[in-house]
Amino acid sequence: MATATEQWVLVEMVQALYEAPAYHLILEGILILWIIRLLFSKTYKLQERSDLTVKEKEELIEEWQPEPLVPPVPKDHPALNYNIVSGPPSHKTVVNGKECINFASFNFLGLLDNPRVKAAALASLKKYGVGTCGPRGFYGTFDVHLDLEDRLAKFMKTEEAIIYSYGFATIASAIPAYSKRGDIVFVDRAACFAIQKGLQASRSDIKLFKHNDMADLERLLKEQEIEDQKVKLKYKYKARIFLEESLSFGVLGEHGRGVTEHYGINIDDIDLISANMENALASIGGFCCGRSFVIDHQRLSGQGYCFSASLPPLLAAAAIEALNIMEENPGIFAVLKEKCGQIHKALQGISGLKVVGESLSPAFHLQLEESTGSREQDVRLLQEIVDQCMNRSIALTQARYLEKEEKCLPPPSIRVVVTVEQTEEELERAASTIKEVAQAVLL
Amino acid sequence: MRPEPGGCCCRRTVRANGCVANGEVRNGYVRSSAAAAAAAAAGQIHHVTQNGGLYKRPFNEAFEETPMLVAVLTYVGYGVLTLFGYLRDFLRYWRIEKCHHATEREEQKDFVSLYQDFENFYTRNLYMRIRDNWNRPICSVPGARVDIMERQSHDYNWSFKYTGNIIKGVINMGSYNYLGFARNTGSCQEAAAKVLEEYGAGVCSTRQEIGNLDKHEELEELVARFLGVEAAMAYGMGFATNSMNIPALVGKGCLILSDELNHASLVLGARLSGATIRIFKHNSSGVHVQVCYIDMQSLEKLLKDAIVYGQPRTRRPWKKILILVEGIYSMEGSIVRLPEVIALKKKYKAYLYLDEAHSIGALGPTGRGVVEYFGLDPEDVDVMMGTFTKSFGASGGYIGGKKELIDYLRTHSHSAVYATSLSPPVVEQIITSMKCIMGQDGTSLGKECVQQLAENTRYFRRRLKEMGFIIYGNEDSPVVPLMLYMPAKIGAFGREMLKRNIGVVVVGFPATPIIESRARFCLSAAHTKEILDTALKEIDEVGDLLQLKYSRHRLVPLLDRPFDETTYEETED
Repeated sequence: MATATEQWVLVEMVQALYEAPAYHLILEGILILWIIRLLFSKTYKLQERSDLTVKEKEELIEEWQPEPLVPPVPKDHPALNYNIVSGPPSHKTVVNGKECINFASFNFLGLLDNPRVKAAALASLKKYGVGTCGPRGFYGTFDVHLDLEDRLAKFMKTEEAIIYSYGFATIASAIPAYSKRGDIVFVDRAACFAIQKGLQASRSDIKLFKHNDMADLERLLKEQEIEDQKVKLKYKYKARIFLEESLSFGVLGEHGRGVTEHYGINIDDIDLISANMENALASIGGFCCGRSFVIDHQRLSGQGYCFSASLPPLLAAAAIEALNIMEENPGIFAVLKEKCGQIHKALQGISGLKVVGESLSPAFHLQLEESTGSREQDVRLLQEIVDQCMNRSIALTQARYLEKEEKCLPPPSIRVVVTVEQTEEELERAASTIKEVAQAVLL
Repeated sequence: MRPEPGGCCCRRTVRANGCVANGEVRNGYVRSSAAAAAAAAAGQIHHVTQNGGLYKRPFNEAFEETPMLVAVLTYVGYGVLTLFGYLRDFLRYWRIEKCHHATEREEQKDFVSLYQDFENFYTRNLYMRIRDNWNRPICSVPGARVDIMERQSHDYNWSFKYTGNIIKGVINMGSYNYLGFARNTGSCQEAAAKVLEEYGAGVCSTRQEIGNLDKHEELEELVARFLGVEAAMAYGMGFATNSMNIPALVGKGCLILSDELNHASLVLGARLSGATIRIFKHNSSGVHVQVCYIDMQSLEKLLKDAIVYGQPRTRRPWKKILILVEGIYSMEGSIVRLPEVIALKKKYKAYLYLDEAHSIGALGPTGRGVVEYFGLDPEDVDVMMGTFTKSFGASGGYIGGKKELIDYLRTHSHSAVYATSLSPPVVEQIITSMKCIMGQDGTSLGKECVQQLAENTRYFRRRLKEMGFIIYGNEDSPVVPLMLYMPAKIGAFGREMLKRNIGVVVVGFPATPIIESRARFCLSAAHTKEILDTALKEIDEVGDLLQLKYSRHRLVPLLDRPFDETTYEETED
């Protein structure tokens, strides 16, 4: 039946063809021919005009020469040859073969060669070995880590603390965990390199305000919304505060709790305090503390926490013991403060060098009063001073920066560090040595 | 069934079912026919390329395809979980259900919220349910057996309480302890103890200032000798080694070609450098045929296009091209195709950055890593990076290469200028363990450990495949991912194994693609055959209980079936 109907339809079609008017047929014929032509003609490729032939591509590949992987480093680059310290970098060290008193390492509380700290670390070494062989999520969490986090939280009087295995990574992982693209961060110009890297990784908007200049910060916040002094600023303009206390933890405040204790601020007002344990606590690593609401987030989104092996237990045990010592003798902070004040005063009035830094700070800088005009020349002069001081048994160091990478590069300087272990006469000697050498070199 | 070196071309046999195994082998090892037949019958895939005999040994890597039914059920599972998640969130919002997690302070309630709600949806509703499988605290050396502190939760994993009990002697299949150097006794520990007494635990200064100890110089020299390079530099953290040195090497105007499965530290380092990043595919599809060409084709295409067309809009030529690859990819258990990458790199004049975090110490006849495994020259790799955490039982990372490179890093690396140097007892541990592996301490302990690890790897993988699990990755990689797929099985597997006294690591989204959750076993030279057998028995049981034996390519146990005609028909491709 179907075929019959088909045939019938076919016959009808042929009939219609015969009966159609001529122009109709001609038009349809032209259309069909046009379609056939379109179908068989080459497709129009736009890129064929600008496409390179295979031979040209190979030539380009042959010709291309990359830059060398690294540019050559001149032999007299100031940072190329490191000082070699034989033995522990404690109060009396041997630097480049010369015995010196250490005014360069951040061993503020002298805990680096404290026998109790060493004993605690040794006990931990005997129990756990050295490495943790895994990140925190995969059997890398030891009871020592949990203990240390507990102790730090209690010491700083916050709800929770989280530890990292590297001081630099602490703040550099904390910032991108909270602040992402589309957020805005107000940062002091003189923020350290770790903070700068954290900000770069976060891809947020950065607004710099002048160092310690609250008016400038206010101006910036007003531009965003509006505000007033430090903590009050936070509530008026609804911003959160992250505080980086690597150098002030274990130094400022009555019990060494840092800047918040020093100024008597309620610690709950600060959202996050980050510090590294490599200065006052004489261990390795860093921690962040604050309210659980804030800190807990880092356990899943802090890159340096989730994707890195945890802190070796012996270093955590050393930090716990150091905390114990800090809690037992709160008097050392006052002693340190006094020593800072003393040397600060003693170093005033050196011709050619000016002291930069608060008298409270145990680490301050000596900068050239008048720069020679070129940074390299300045660096060389200061290095001369440092070398000569080293010859006279005072170990100092220049503050090192990555010149091309820093946002706001400070002028070259010598960094002097005061520790609790230095006696008064050693401080006097250091001051007088620096004075003599500076006079000799700069005049 | 030892492989015998074949000095000339030889053709592969045609199998009984008519398929031809791939390619010719020139200058390569050729398995004897019995072994080849058994291996072919066992469904292993020989990815020997035809690139002129770049490979001196068979490269066996397989990623079996996800069975369709399993994939569908997995999506359904996630769908159900998401629905329940929305329901729960709704209940919590309207206070019908108690809200367990910490909330913002009262005074700050009207601040811009710190977290985006959606970001935490996965954490609140999926991760929380099975959270007890991670962050398990331990209280002993992370060796072959470990003691885990018991935790209990009475509010569905929102908070944990320690019962005070310790689960002793749990078999540790999760720690990265490839050569078994995680020990609290022995020469490494004694040396570290001595150095601790003398030097203290910390350093309190950076490398460029006054934190460069003589121990660090000794370590760097030793690392350079170990790797066979001119010079090396060591850093305090493996993660930071990548994130701080890649920006020092490349910058704006350079191109980074990064494998799609690279570790977070490589990705972060690449992003921080400011260079343009292009991703090439990894060998992760489940297809058997010709897969070996795909990711290298992807890389080659990117290289060609980059050089021919230059920078995106200005068309200026690139300053440098850097290829970032890893030795062993820890989530997939695959090994990088280093001979091909090096061939490409030489042809297109790019630079190669090899991250050997998991492969140093674990591959190669003397533990020198993936370069030795393939029999290549370390000088071909421009930047050899690795970590000391996994095979040396310490912490930290290193970079090795030509002297100019290391000099440049000494002056320009972020870590040398701003970060504290390695702690002295850790340095001593690395020195002692490295000397042990090199055989310089007078014993053959190092060599034995490396061999033991290789044997353990082959045995474990073979047994798991025979049982019928889907195992990803290369045959020689000590990282063994076992596919779980369904979200519920992630939690179930972890808990069941712990009940049977075996500690495993399970991973899900976002570390893996959403339907490809897996359990990952890390083998160690410290695992004896008894430990492995116990573990395998338990895995078998749990696999039956949870129906995890998805593999459709059953391996014939090599010892049981003698070679005969029927072994050809065993597998269906």
